[in-house]
Amino acid sequence: MSRIEACFNALKNNNKKALIPFITAGDPSLDMTVELMHVLTEAGADIIELGVPFSDPMADGPVIQRASERALSNGTNTDDVFSIVEEFRAKNESTPVVLMGYLNPIEVMGYEIFAKKAANVGVDALIIVDLPPEESAEFGEVLKRYCIDQIFLISPTTQGRRLDRICEIATGFLYYVSLKGVTGSNQLDVKAVEDKLNEIRSKTSLPLGVGFGIKDPQIAEDVGRVSDAVVVGSALVERIAEHAENNDKMKLEISSFLCSLRAALNNIG
Amino acid sequence: MIETNKKRDTLEMESFKTMPDKRGHFGHYGGRFVSETLMGPLEELEKAYKKYKNDPDFIAEYKHDLKHYVGRPSPLYHAERWSKQLGGAQIYLKREDLNHTGAHKINNTVGQALLAKLMGKRRVIAETGAGQHGVATATVAARYGMECIVYMGAEDIQRQAMNVFRMKLLGAIVVPVEAGSKTLKDALNEAMRDWVTNVDDTFYIIGTVAGPHPYPAMVRDFNAIVGSEARQQCLDQVGCLPEALVACVGGGSNAIGLFHPFLDDREVSIYGVEAAGEGIETGHHAAPLSAGKPGVLHGNRTYLMEDEYGQITETHCISAGLDYPGVGPEHAWLKDSGRAKYVSVTDTEALQAFHDLTRIEGIIPALESSHALAYTAKIAPKMNKDAIIVANLSGRGDKDIHTVAAHEGITL
Repeated sequence: MSRIEACFNALKNNNKKALIPFITAGDPSLDMTVELMHVLTEAGADIIELGVPFSDPMADGPVIQRASERALSNGTNTDDVFSIVEEFRAKNESTPVVLMGYLNPIEVMGYEIFAKKAANVGVDALIIVDLPPEESAEFGEVLKRYCIDQIFLISPTTQGRRLDRICEIATGFLYYVSLKGVTGSNQLDVKAVEDKLNEIRSKTSLPLGVGFGIKDPQIAEDVGRVSDAVVVGSALVERIAEHAENNDKMKLEISSFLCSLRAALNNIG
Repeated sequence: MIETNKKRDTLEMESFKTMPDKRGHFGHYGGRFVSETLMGPLEELEKAYKKYKNDPDFIAEYKHDLKHYVGRPSPLYHAERWSKQLGGAQIYLKREDLNHTGAHKINNTVGQALLAKLMGKRRVIAETGAGQHGVATATVAARYGMECIVYMGAEDIQRQAMNVFRMKLLGAIVVPVEAGSKTLKDALNEAMRDWVTNVDDTFYIIGTVAGPHPYPAMVRDFNAIVGSEARQQCLDQVGCLPEALVACVGGGSNAIGLFHPFLDDREVSIYGVEAAGEGIETGHHAAPLSAGKPGVLHGNRTYLMEDEYGQITETHCISAGLDYPGVGPEHAWLKDSGRAKYVSVTDTEALQAFHDLTRIEGIIPALESSHALAYTAKIAPKMNKDAIIVANLSGRGDKDIHTVAAHEGITL
């Protein structure tokens, strides 16, 4: 059984929702990213989403784009991202790690080599933001061979045959983008989210995560009530940027923010 | 795999005009590499474009505005003195510089704005580098009474103060983009974000033949008027087709506009000219087809300038309109299939052509177009005196006189 499957099974048995924090690899530094990953799991993260920095993160808002820029200016490259996961895995065998990034850094390395390296260091899944199902058949085959899940996004405008198709080929979990817009956007309509999730549930038994626009415990709780997992990115990355000068304070801040989300999610059930 | 595709494309192609396929692929290139949030809007756009592109009313309105508002057809001008001086082929210039707003860009913005109107979108957005596409978009937004937002790199805003002011005069809001290298590619990222967020009432007018399907095909179709006119004008004025076509390639919209109607005239050689900047060997250039490799950026697979880890690298060249690290996917495919050749000229060569055309023909060309002229000047002397070259004079150079002056140490 994959780490992701085991994770969701365990949560389900305990009637709990998954908390999935996102941070960018190499922001503020390679070493701190590993430390932050441990801080996150200790504070109640069930799965960690690790951003692979890219020079042109078209689907991200300014907060995550700046994190990408900081990571790249630190010299972070794809091999460094693998090293981060490897180092994290040395102390944590169970928490699933999902890499989230854009296609070009993967293509340049080659699908096969990328998948092999990812599998070797203990990556469990990929979210490739600019690789919709229509273009993903070739890489999907490679990932399958290495037992890496490909997590697909679903948006409010994903409908009809495309939605069916995504539900058909997805593995791991599905990631519902709760808003039109980019990461870190405003306003979230929980009722609309619930309606869409119900539609998706009628087509798949995979766990459903929701991201984009989850910035405080109250929203996390509201969304958690209708989903299986909540993803928190910009709100976390913002706090990393705010405390870039003081690592200890950063860890404290990240830990207490995540604990507040965990507590909110634990209210459900 | 790409190698075998290459052979098959060249040997078995009956027509080079059948691309893209249903999913927007030009052979190995093109496609739709975007986040899920953009798939819906792109499908809506594709559907609308399919519906209207053969609609007689739409075509009539487009043609009407090209004639009465843009001033088409643009002349095909025989540059006799310049041809004589070069001592070889007869050079004909397709005078896109004489269009309203001074470049080919308006052919496309008229088309997309009319489409936006039919789709019921009241707000148009655009990205711009040098400001030419921004001005062309602001112009049609004023003409059709639409709200207009133009995203422009903060760095470019500094360099192109005059175009920024033109856009504001036309009623557009110019939004500075502070991210990344603060240039065209970052403006494009930002415009995409706006579109994703405001898709219900907003139409994104992309300025070049790049981006996700259907943009490369749609922008090409709106610019193909350049090549259709030039082909007919050449037949009417000279009585035969040209031996060669030359156009500059940044994203590649003026080039594909000229090339496309000639693709199946196999006796016509086709040259796309990229910006070699300070020289390809220095690494300071904007020539992905000449010195880059295939990758995925801004929604399509194409040739890119990137580092060993796939991060997009910054471009360098004297002409802001060619300063883009990617290129339209159809050019990538035409390169691999061998139907078109892609070459490059340096800043210095382009500046020389800029001065030559200005002094010899009394036409100040855009620095972008000067790249095409510089390559024309290279091949013309080697050709027969009765051979014809059609070079695309894609824009006028008034916008560039500050750049040229600064380059030559002159303060205006």
